Amino acid sequence: MSTSFHRNGRFIAGIDVGTRMTKCIIFDRSGGIIVSRASRLTGHNLALASEDVLKEACSTESLNSGEVFYTASTGYGRYQVPMRQIQITDISCHAIGAKCLFPGTTSVLDVGAQNAKAIRVDHDGRVAKFKMNDKCASGAGRFLERVAKGLELELDDIGNLSLRSKDPQPISSICAVLAESEVINLITIGYPVEDILMGAYLSISDRIVALLRQVGVDGEITLTGGITHNAGMVRALEQKLGKPLNVCPDSEYAGALGACLLVERRLKKLEDQNIQDFNKSATAVNS
Amino acid sequence: MLVAGVDVGSTQTKAIILNENGETVARGMVNTGANVVKAAEKAFQLARQSAKLDEWDVAYIVGTGYGRYKVPFGDTQITEISCHARGAAYLFPNTRTILDIGGQDTKGIRTNEKGEVVDFCMNDKCAAGTGRFLAAAAEVMGISLDDLGDVALRANPEQDGVLRITNVCTVFVETEIMNHLSKGRKAEQILAGVHQSIAARSVSLLRRVGLNPEITFTGGVSRNKGMVAALQEKMGMQINVGPDSQFIGAIGAALFALERAKARHEGEPTAKELQT
Repeated sequence: MSTSFHRNGRFIAGIDVGTRMTKCIIFDRSGGIIVSRASRLTGHNLALASEDVLKEACSTESLNSGEVFYTASTGYGRYQVPMRQIQITDISCHAIGAKCLFPGTTSVLDVGAQNAKAIRVDHDGRVAKFKMNDKCASGAGRFLERVAKGLELELDDIGNLSLRSKDPQPISSICAVLAESEVINLITIGYPVEDILMGAYLSISDRIVALLRQVGVDGEITLTGGITHNAGMVRALEQKLGKPLNVCPDSEYAGALGACLLVERRLKKLEDQNIQDFNKSATAVNS
Repeated sequence: MLVAGVDVGSTQTKAIILNENGETVARGMVNTGANVVKAAEKAFQLARQSAKLDEWDVAYIVGTGYGRYKVPFGDTQITEISCHARGAAYLFPNTRTILDIGGQDTKGIRTNEKGEVVDFCMNDKCAAGTGRFLAAAAEVMGISLDDLGDVALRANPEQDGVLRITNVCTVFVETEIMNHLSKGRKAEQILAGVHQSIAARSVSLLRRVGLNPEITFTGGVSRNKGMVAALQEKMGMQINVGPDSQFIGAIGAALFALERAKARHEGEPTAKELQT
């Protein structure tokens, strides 16, 4: 890992190594825009996953990976990214990433595979307050994975399926493991799959919204993390919250984007300092 | 006169038939599965078959366990907490504390010298520290649930070091085990850690009711020798466990049945006498 700053590059990469997915964003400093994105399943080899997403993100924009002069990592596997110059906690990254995607954001809800985080952000995208559940899978994507397993469905299919539900069947188990058995029992009784799914979404939403209430639910709430792909889950959360959530196609990349933005902010600061230093030394020489 | 106790657990359903002296005449056990009523009937049927008995030979039946209201042939239902206390006191008269680790919950029960419940607490909110936790470990490791304890007992902490399982959540422990396996840790070392983690969780649950000797271990997990060893090590004392430990709830239910049958049938003809 090199800590030196090359200050004249154009592209920054942000790599967010999550417990399930690894995401990469390439950010163009000159335009202040996202130029490329890529993601893949994390798997067991975190270093490989991060190298892969960076390569893929570069190839889609036919960038030479050498043109990416600065790489920041975040997420639970941030210390396993070999080409990183810096690692940043995922909480800071999600805060600023969400603020960039939706400038009106006051709270961020990041629901990933293994944990759920509620973050209060200030006007500048800084973390003002945060709460998380990382002790158990009851409020996280893994809960939904277990429900899907009980229903013998793919994780990618369970989102839209649940939207057909007319009579959601609540799940009483908090524990993901016990919920899986409960789902099997509900199927045996003969409830429709979509009602069981929506019931599960509403149950998990109760816990996630309770977490969010601890940091504040007023203002605009931006949803980030892998859960944003699941339309049924977004609807269940909105129902429990009683208002719409900010979601966009780049929501899953909020952490990776945030890593880029924090690097950008730091580079800007250093550049401003350099100018000041230069002006100072120029004044010193002149006098 | 014969009586029966049927204990419908989340994972297994147990039936016990006792004679009027309180001696076990027959036992039956099946997996509970999704159809609880069927499981109760099947376990009772298996017990009767093994002793070649007809349904009317049994004068009184008590249902217990989480599915006790799904025992259609039961004369009455009694909570498994009372039944475990009664059954444990019968098999191990000096029992003061009971640890019951079942498929989906763990209970700590404090009893008095008469085998009555004084206090109890339980974890039924999550699978941590229950049989399901072990089942999940068995599945990830590709080892049968019945062999799990024996494998754990083969661990050699002096040679390989102690491996601690840090997660509480069963789902996260599965991932943790996979990580240990991918790093080449030995199965026995990982499983020793899994058993120690459950033992620690069980002991802290028991502390809430008081760890008074003698301690009797009941429920399906009591068959696991590795678990018995881990608990004894953690508590620093011997615990009562026997071949019928998994049937203690059913035995307790049958003992209640015996008591009630005697009261009900005093002076009355038995069902069998009425049939003939």
